[in-house]
Amino acid sequence: MGATTYGWLVLAFPLAGMLVISLGYRRLQAISPLAAGWVGTAAIFLAFLAALGALISLQGLAPAHRELSSSLWNYASTVGIDAQASILVDPLSVYMILVVTGISTLIHLYSVSYMEGDRGFARYFAYLNYFVFSMLLLVLAGNFLLLVVGWAFVGAASYLLISFWYRRTTATRAGIKAFVINVVGDVGLVLGTYFIFKHTHTLDLLRSFHATEAGAFGHGHNEGDLVAGCVLLLVAAFAKSAQVPLHTWLPDAMEGPTPVSSLIHAATMVTAGVYLIARMHTLFELAPAAQDVGAVVGAATLLIAGSIGLAQTDIKRVIAYSTMSQIGYMIMGVSVGAYAAGLFHLMTHAFFKALLFMAAGSVIGAMAGEQSLERMGGFRKALPFTYACFLIGGLALSGVPPFSGFFSKDDILLVTGERGGWHWALYGAGYLGALLTAVYTFRMIFRAFHGEPVAEARELQAGHPHHATAPSNPATGEQEDTDVGFPGEHHAIAERALPMRLAMGLLALGAIGAGLIQIPKLDFVIEDFLRPTFATSTLYEPHTRNGLLVLGLALGTVIGLLGIAIAYRVWVQRPGMAAAIRARTRPLYELFVHKWYFDELIDALVVRPAAAGGGFARHTFERLFVDETIVGGTTGLVRAGSAAVRAVQSGFVRYYAALLVLGVAGVGFYFLLQT
Amino acid sequence: MSIAWYLAVSAIVFALGAVGVMVRRNPLVVLLCLELMLNGANLALVAFSRMWGNGDGQILALIVMTVAACEVCIGLGMIVAIYRRHLPIDVDELRELQG
Amino acid sequence: MSSVFFFLAAIGVITGAVGVVMLRDPFYSVLALVAHLVSLAVLFLLLRAQFVAAVQVVVYAGAVMVLYVFVVAYVGGEGDAIAQRLRRPGAAVASGGPVASGLRLGGAVLGAALLVELLIALLGTGLETINGYGAGFSTAAGEAHTFGTPAYIGNLLLTRFLLAFEIASFLLLIAAVGGVVLARRRGGLGEQDGSELTPLDLLRPLDTGTTAEAVGAGRHQR
Repeated sequence: MGATTYGWLVLAFPLAGMLVISLGYRRLQAISPLAAGWVGTAAIFLAFLAALGALISLQGLAPAHRELSSSLWNYASTVGIDAQASILVDPLSVYMILVVTGISTLIHLYSVSYMEGDRGFARYFAYLNYFVFSMLLLVLAGNFLLLVVGWAFVGAASYLLISFWYRRTTATRAGIKAFVINVVGDVGLVLGTYFIFKHTHTLDLLRSFHATEAGAFGHGHNEGDLVAGCVLLLVAAFAKSAQVPLHTWLPDAMEGPTPVSSLIHAATMVTAGVYLIARMHTLFELAPAAQDVGAVVGAATLLIAGSIGLAQTDIKRVIAYSTMSQIGYMIMGVSVGAYAAGLFHLMTHAFFKALLFMAAGSVIGAMAGEQSLERMGGFRKALPFTYACFLIGGLALSGVPPFSGFFSKDDILLVTGERGGWHWALYGAGYLGALLTAVYTFRMIFRAFHGEPVAEARELQAGHPHHATAPSNPATGEQEDTDVGFPGEHHAIAERALPMRLAMGLLALGAIGAGLIQIPKLDFVIEDFLRPTFATSTLYEPHTRNGLLVLGLALGTVIGLLGIAIAYRVWVQRPGMAAAIRARTRPLYELFVHKWYFDELIDALVVRPAAAGGGFARHTFERLFVDETIVGGTTGLVRAGSAAVRAVQSGFVRYYAALLVLGVAGVGFYFLLQT
Repeated sequence: MSIAWYLAVSAIVFALGAVGVMVRRNPLVVLLCLELMLNGANLALVAFSRMWGNGDGQILALIVMTVAACEVCIGLGMIVAIYRRHLPIDVDELRELQG
Repeated sequence: MSSVFFFLAAIGVITGAVGVVMLRDPFYSVLALVAHLVSLAVLFLLLRAQFVAAVQVVVYAGAVMVLYVFVVAYVGGEGDAIAQRLRRPGAAVASGGPVASGLRLGGAVLGAALLVELLIALLGTGLETINGYGAGFSTAAGEAHTFGTPAYIGNLLLTRFLLAFEIASFLLLIAAVGGVVLARRRGGLGEQDGSELTPLDLLRPLDTGTTAEAVGAGRHQR
C-alpha cells in the first residue's frame, strides 16, 4: 500500500475508535468495565502501526519524491478557492504522526489503570481518541483548510478534556480559559492563511510553498503581507504552544486528569505550534522579521517559565512550567533555522515529559488526589519505581548526558550559536534556562521523594494506600463526591498497576536512549530523515564549528550537574535555606509566585474592558438604542401611523363625503394648473 | 342666454348639493342633496345637448333621472328599515356596521 | 324675453337649492326641492328640451318627490339649521365627535372651493362655443322643428341608445324589488322587538358579535 493510504488509515483508526466508544459504550461496559479503554488503546496502536507502514513505504521512495499529497474529495472549488480534503505525507508529517501515535498509545495504556473506577471512563477514552484524531489531522493536513480544521478540533478536544471533571468549578473555568486563548490563536491562523492565500491563490500547502519560492510575494525579504501572515501564524503558534503572552492557560489546564496533561499539554497539542513553524519554513525564511519575533518570544518564555517554576508548589504546575520552558526552546530552535534540532527536541521532550507527568500521576495517586509539594515528602521507599522514573525524566529534562534531553537541547543551542550576531543573547538565555530547569526539576524531586516520609508515605510503606476521608478539590478544598463529574474514588499508583508500569517503562527507555540517534558529528538520523521536507531551506545545513560544539557539550553537562547540586544543597542538605533565600529575595519571590502577574495583566487589559463593554452593550446600548429606539421606535411609528389611519375609517358618512369632494377638488385643481 | 350661463347655474347647484351632503345630518336630507347634485349634472347635460344640437345629452339626462329614481327608492327603503329598528336617524350615529 | 325667463328660473333653481341645504325641517327641504325641480324644468324648456322638461316634472317632481314626501312623513327626523350649527358647534351634537363638528365649516369651505374650480373650468377656459346660443338646427327634413320633441327622443332611444334603454329598465325593476325587500315588515304588523329569530340568531345570540357588543346596540332600542 502506498504511503498516502497509510496516511488515511492513520486518520481512520482513531476516528473509528472514537465512534465505537461513543456509540457503543453500553455494550462495551457490559463486556467489561475497562473495555472502552482497551478499544481506545487498540485504535491508537493500530494507528501507530499504520504510521510505521507509512514510514517504511515513504523510505522506499527516492528522497526527492518523498512529498506525497492525496486528496479524498473535493470539498469546494469556487471563486478561486480550491478546498479539498487532502493530506500531505512527507518526512515531517510522518515524523510527527509517529511521535503522536507512539506517545498516545502509551498514554492510553497508562490511562486504563489511572482512570479505572471513574464514572466517565468511556467518555474519557472517546475524548482522548477524538483528540488524537484531531492532532493527526492537523499534522497530516495537506492544505490550509484541514490545518485550520485540525487546529480547531484540537482546541475543542483540549477544552473537553481539561474540564473532564465537569462538576469541579475550577476545572470548567480552566477549560474555558484554555479555549478562549486558543481561539485567539485560531483567529491568527485564519487571518494568516488569508494573507498567504492573497498572494499564492491556493490553499494547498505544497503549491503554496512552490508559489512563494517562485516569487508570489515579490523577490525581496520581509515583504509586508508575508511578514503579516507569518506573524499571525506565530500568534497561532504561541497560543497553542503556550508562549508568552498567551501562556496563561497552560498551568490552569492541569485541572484535567494527569494522563491528559501528559498527552495534550506535554507531548502533542502544545507542540503543534512548533510543527506549524517548521511546516511553514518556506514562508518564514522569506520573512526573517517574523523569525526573529519567534526566536525572541521563545527565549523569553523559556526564561520566564523557568523562573516561575522555582516558586510553584503544585507538582503538576511545576512540570507544566517546565513544558512551557522546553517548548520555548523548540520555538526558538525552529525560528532560528534549527529545524531538525527543534523537532528532535520535540521527540525527546515528548518522552521524558510524558514520563514525568505519568510519574507525577502515580505520586498524586499515592496522596489520594493531593497535588501540593508542601504536603509531600519521603516517598523514596514507598514508591521506588515512580522514583526511578522521576529521576530518569528529571535527568533527561535537565540535560545531563547521556540522557536524551542533553543531545537535543544542545543541538538547538549549537545552531543558535552558529547563527551568530545577536543570537548569542539567545544562546546565553538558553543555557541560563537550562540551569533554572535543572534547579526546579530537582527541587521537585527532592521535595517529593527525600526527607521525612509524610503520613501517606508511611501508610503506603506499610501496605495500605492512603484514601482521603472526604474527597475534595485539591486546590480549593471544596467538598466533592465520587459520582460522575468528579474523580472516582480509585487512585492508582504505578507500583500496583501493570499497564502504568509498562507505559512508564517504555517511556523511560526512550528518555534514556532516544538521544543516541542524533549525536553531533556521529549520526544524523533525524536530520537525514527530515531533509526532503526542508530541501529548499537555506538554513537547514549549518556548518558546525568544532570549537563551538565542544564548548556547547561541556557547558551543557556542567550546567546540568550544577543545577542538580544547587537543588541538593538547598532542599536536602540545608532544609532552612530555602526559606531564608525566600525571605531575602522577597519581591523576586512574589513576582515568581504570582507568575509574573500575567493573569492580572490580562485581566486588567482584556477581561475587564471586555466585561465593561459587554455590560455597557447590555444595559445601555441594547436597552436604549435597540429596544427603545429601533424596536420601540418602529413599533411606535407603526402604532402612531395606524392610529392616524384608523381615524380615517371612522364610519362618519359625511367625513367620507368630504374626502370625496376634497379629492375631486384636488384633481380638478391639478388639471386646472395643467392648462 | 348663452350656454355659459346655464353651465354656471349648473355649477352652483352642484356645489350646493355637495355642501349639503357634507353638512346635513339627517339622511333624508342628505339624499335630497344628492338629488340636487344629480340635477345640476342634468342641467349641464341638457345645456351641452343644446350646444351641439343633437340629442345625446338629453338621452343621458333621461337615464340619469332613471338612475336617480332607483337610487332614491333603495335609499328611502333603507331609511325606513333603519327607522323600523329604532335606530337614530342621524348619519353621525350610524357609523358602525352592525349585524 | 327669454333672458327674463332665464333669470327667473335661475333664481328659482338656486333658491330651491339653498333651501334644501339650509332648511331645518326635512319636510320643508323636500318642498324646496320640488320648487327647484319645477324651475329646472323651465330652464330645460328654455333649452328646447321639451320632453326632458316634461319628464322632469312628471317623474321627478311628480313621482320621486311624492315618494320622498311619504317617507319624510313617516320617518320624520329632526334636523338643525345649518346656521345654528355653525354658531354653536359644540352644543348641537353630543356624539358627533371631533371629526364631525369640524365639518360644518369645512364642508362649506370645500363646497366653495369646488364651485370656484368648476366655474373656472367651465367658464374660464375660453371655450367659444359656450358663448353661443347653441348650434343651429340641421336643415334635414322635419328635423329643425323636432329637436327635443318626444318623437325625437323616442327615435333616439329606440335606435342608437337601445341598450342603455333596456338596461335602465332592468335597473328600475331591480330597484323596485329591492325597495320592497328592504322596507317590508317582517312577520306581520307589530314593531320589531328583537325577539324575532333569524337563522343567524341560531348560531349566535342576538346583540352579540364584536361590533354589536362593543357598541351596545341594545341601548338604541326603544
